[in-house]
Amino acid sequence: MSFDVDVSVRRAGRDIAVQFASDARVVALFGASGVGKTSTLEMIAGLLQPDRGHITIAGKTLFDKEAGINLLPEQRACGYVFQDGRLFPHLTVRDNLLYGWKLAPEHRRSLALDVAVGFLGIEHLLHRMPRTLSGGEAQRVAIGRTLLAGPRFLLMDEPLSSLDASRRDGIMRLIERIRDELSIPIIYVSHDRAEVERLAGCVIELD
Amino acid sequence: MDFLSADEWAVVALSLKVSGVAIMLVLPVSFAIAWVLERTRLPGKIFLDALVHLPLVLPPVVTGWGLLLLFGNNGPAGRFLADMLGITLMFRWTGAALAAGVMALPLMVRAIRLSLEGIDQRFEVAARTLGASRWKTFRSITLPLAMPGVLAALVLGFARSIGEFGATITFVSNVPEETRTLPLAIYTALQVPGGESTVTRLALVSIALSLAALVASEWLVRRGRQGESGHVL
Repeated sequence: MSFDVDVSVRRAGRDIAVQFASDARVVALFGASGVGKTSTLEMIAGLLQPDRGHITIAGKTLFDKEAGINLLPEQRACGYVFQDGRLFPHLTVRDNLLYGWKLAPEHRRSLALDVAVGFLGIEHLLHRMPRTLSGGEAQRVAIGRTLLAGPRFLLMDEPLSSLDASRRDGIMRLIERIRDELSIPIIYVSHDRAEVERLAGCVIELD
Repeated sequence: MDFLSADEWAVVALSLKVSGVAIMLVLPVSFAIAWVLERTRLPGKIFLDALVHLPLVLPPVVTGWGLLLLFGNNGPAGRFLADMLGITLMFRWTGAALAAGVMALPLMVRAIRLSLEGIDQRFEVAARTLGASRWKTFRSITLPLAMPGVLAALVLGFARSIGEFGATITFVSNVPEETRTLPLAIYTALQVPGGESTVTRLALVSIALSLAALVASEWLVRRGRQGESGHVL
């Protein structure tokens, strides 16, 4: 089982409960804004502690309230691709890409910098600063930074939402290649049904 | 150098030493206080905030008197330093550095706190998900992003220390070659008939140092702002 998630949390006076188990390579969390999609990803990444439940991904338990397991974010090896890229503004593209790679243990460094850079088509950006990149370029670099950190699974939080239509297709094709060629389990969050249907083998609708 | 006499150069050198030591000693304290005020939910934070800012609004003589009570030969902190570490502050340049540091503290805390406030904490979250521990995140993300504010704090603190007078003269008196920094030397020269030329020269040095510090501080703040554009997509 790739994903076995059953958690709930009370946040800002509202209960958010999510439960799903799936073997699909891509699970999509689908729903309108404010239903708790990002909170769910934050619980999986260890950035928000659930009130109850458990999270097991690719055979590893990340959180189990009853068993007293709650791994720190840096121990979970989750590749979180944020809606807004979040490239570190004081580092070059190259240093951004290598940030997680340098921290990863040897056995998780499955991707080399030149391979990742070729895969993403960002060779020409390596010495640029993040503020000089377009939205699409920045999102490619953000995805590359995440892949190079050797994640056991990916969390993608509406990675296309801040891009214009012409850039979206390029990033979408890139995500499809990650799904097909790198075989990393992905939880993909979106409020766009077409995106979700194109990518995911399993769609969880939140309301 | 003909512009200043040897004695006047000694005053400038002493001032630079006192201010340099003061801000280097106060920097980690300022950072820690700024961090507590900006990033923690410590109960009673408002009182810590008020206490830190007290030297900014109190008459400096009162701050000096407070230092005298605390760090004087009979003060609890003064006795501790003398007994445990063999450090005496009274009538010494080290005491002048302490007075200058205390007076610079509020400005330094403010500058660092502003820069911490300006850091988008989403970068720190991103670093954690990429495998960085809290400490690594602090060193590799928070500290570099706060650096323009830290440098601005150093420059402002230095400028404040160079100009420090009231707390210093109250706490460690006006001892030549020991606690007689630029403002105290100017004050002393003003009391002496024919001291006007010394006053003018030392005043010009003070103005030059203060102006340079303010320009450097403004430049650092602007540079910091430029670095912030490009946070997100």
